[in-house]
Amino acid sequence: MNAETSAWERRSTVRVVPPVRPRKLAKVPFVELADGRLQGVVSSGSDIERVYVSSFTTGTHAYSCSTNNNRPCGALPSGSSPCKHLHLLATEAVLQYGIDRVARYLRVDIDDDAATGAELVHSMNGQVERAPAATVFSRFLRHLNYLEIPDTTTPIPEMHWFPALGATR
Amino acid sequence: MLAVNLSELLDGPLPGVEEALDLVAGFDDALVHGLSRLGEDRAAALAALAGALAAGPLGVRAGEAAEKIAAGSVADEHLSVLAGGRAALFGAVHDALLGRLDGALGRARGPWEASPSAASPGADNLLAGCRSWLHELAIAGWRGVDHDLVSAADQTIEALLAVPELRRTAVLLDGLAAELRASSPIATMERLPARRWADLWTRALLLSQPGAPAGAPQPAATVSGRLLILGVDVHEHATAVQIQVHAVLEPAGGGTSRLVRASVAAPKVDTIVGPALWRLLQWHPVLLGALAEHRSLDITDQPLLDSGDLVWHDDRAEAGEPADPFTTARVLLGGALAPAVPPLDRHPVRISEPVLVEGYTATTDGGEVTFDLGGQALAVDVERLPSCGPLTPELVAASTACVGLVRWDGGRWALQPLAVQAMVKRKPVTAHNGDWALGPTDPKVMKAEAKAGDSVAVLRERAGRLLRR
Repeated sequence: MNAETSAWERRSTVRVVPPVRPRKLAKVPFVELADGRLQGVVSSGSDIERVYVSSFTTGTHAYSCSTNNNRPCGALPSGSSPCKHLHLLATEAVLQYGIDRVARYLRVDIDDDAATGAELVHSMNGQVERAPAATVFSRFLRHLNYLEIPDTTTPIPEMHWFPALGATR
Repeated sequence: MLAVNLSELLDGPLPGVEEALDLVAGFDDALVHGLSRLGEDRAAALAALAGALAAGPLGVRAGEAAEKIAAGSVADEHLSVLAGGRAALFGAVHDALLGRLDGALGRARGPWEASPSAASPGADNLLAGCRSWLHELAIAGWRGVDHDLVSAADQTIEALLAVPELRRTAVLLDGLAAELRASSPIATMERLPARRWADLWTRALLLSQPGAPAGAPQPAATVSGRLLILGVDVHEHATAVQIQVHAVLEPAGGGTSRLVRASVAAPKVDTIVGPALWRLLQWHPVLLGALAEHRSLDITDQPLLDSGDLVWHDDRAEAGEPADPFTTARVLLGGALAPAVPPLDRHPVRISEPVLVEGYTATTDGGEVTFDLGGQALAVDVERLPSCGPLTPELVAASTACVGLVRWDGGRWALQPLAVQAMVKRKPVTAHNGDWALGPTDPKVMKAEAKAGDSVAVLRERAGRLLRR
């Protein structure tokens, strides 16, 4: 172990989670790399009450898209290629995390100069495979619920372990 | 802070600090590999930690805990005692560091007076849930933490977030869980934030003891007077943001001015970053307005905790005259009384003393910025510049005066800038962390924000439509 690593390991306030980059949330309000999938929620273009749950699986690159009520996405018959919701998901994930992090998580070999979600999708060769939408949707609702919790003016001293670091500017 | 203060601050190592931190490192290493398979070396490290506490009130119990754990019996009580021991060592390190800093700055600090502890929040089931998760983490060790073990905390954290009295515990556990999740598979990580995770684990275990945590800040008084802002410190993880305003309070009716803080913390999600963070704090317009417009505040009957923290009530504050934080720092900071630190908060990470530094030469070397003050080098933490404000490493490197917080981590002192006066293209520029509290003022940033749309509003719309069905 070198000196730099050992000094890093003995610090209380190091960055552990890579920063998330800002992006427009209107079309794809939720994206995450979790449960062995790139998964997220895509707002329907035509019906404001409807959302799609879309995902790519790590390793197999199997993909899935259905409404939050578990109805399969009409644009995704078996044997076809990823629908526009999946393309949007990949594009926004690349904006949010950077293409390297997404490709590493999904175990996709991408060209050195690949930079977009379309290129990421193009580099995958999976099949349609229904993944449960309910789990992802409930994780999205849990995510949204954070904005419903009231703020507090009682100090949280523990937040000194979490300084705001401005590396994404 | 003058050159003479800085030389006193940097005047050689503090006796005992290095040794104390080595003991802590031994314990932290045991947590990396898990208490279920300690081995001889790590068992010896636990015994050494317990040995250092032998003369103190935890002594006998710590020795017993180290022995039992080495023998393979890891009970809740043993873990709590060792966490207490680790925290006590950091308490001693904190006191030595803060004593050195106060001495160097000539800063007077109020004595600690124990206030009666608040009533227990009475959520013992939830706290037991926290302890049991922390227990499992300790048994597995960071290297043995997998996805299922991280997810096991989800329900507990969700329930904690719903209890206002347990917000500290909730925010802490949520931050730790997110780091463990983002780091998986941890078994193959090249380097582990061993000190950091052990800090968070220890802290969480202390906060989740049954009943109210002893030694947490308690209401001490209500105060009125004029509040002169020095600057704002911003804390953030994926699902929480906190601003902490450092200010000098001139009490109504005279008396010694004192250093106080006012905080607002709000839950958030990871995609809300940059200037949008301020929109989560919008229910405190008087405070945000004073930050953005550089005004003083007149406050009436605001509760003050014994930690020097105001429990902010925006409706008990009124915007006052324009007040330049640099002037406040120059004129009032030297004579202001600093607050005592509550026992539970005695950890070096919390040291954040406001200072004014000027008359230095800034140098940049490979992204590191240093202020040369009368031949002494003061490291400047330019990583710690929040994305919700206008300060950049370049601006700090071009600065001639800086209001900042003195901090200590990884064995060294550093300055965290809150505001700078700089020369850019031969024109004087002033920038404060809180300048964008009412929205960005930089045309470039405004344009980028307008293009990205209002992320807070988008998610609130989605929540309104999807959550309440």
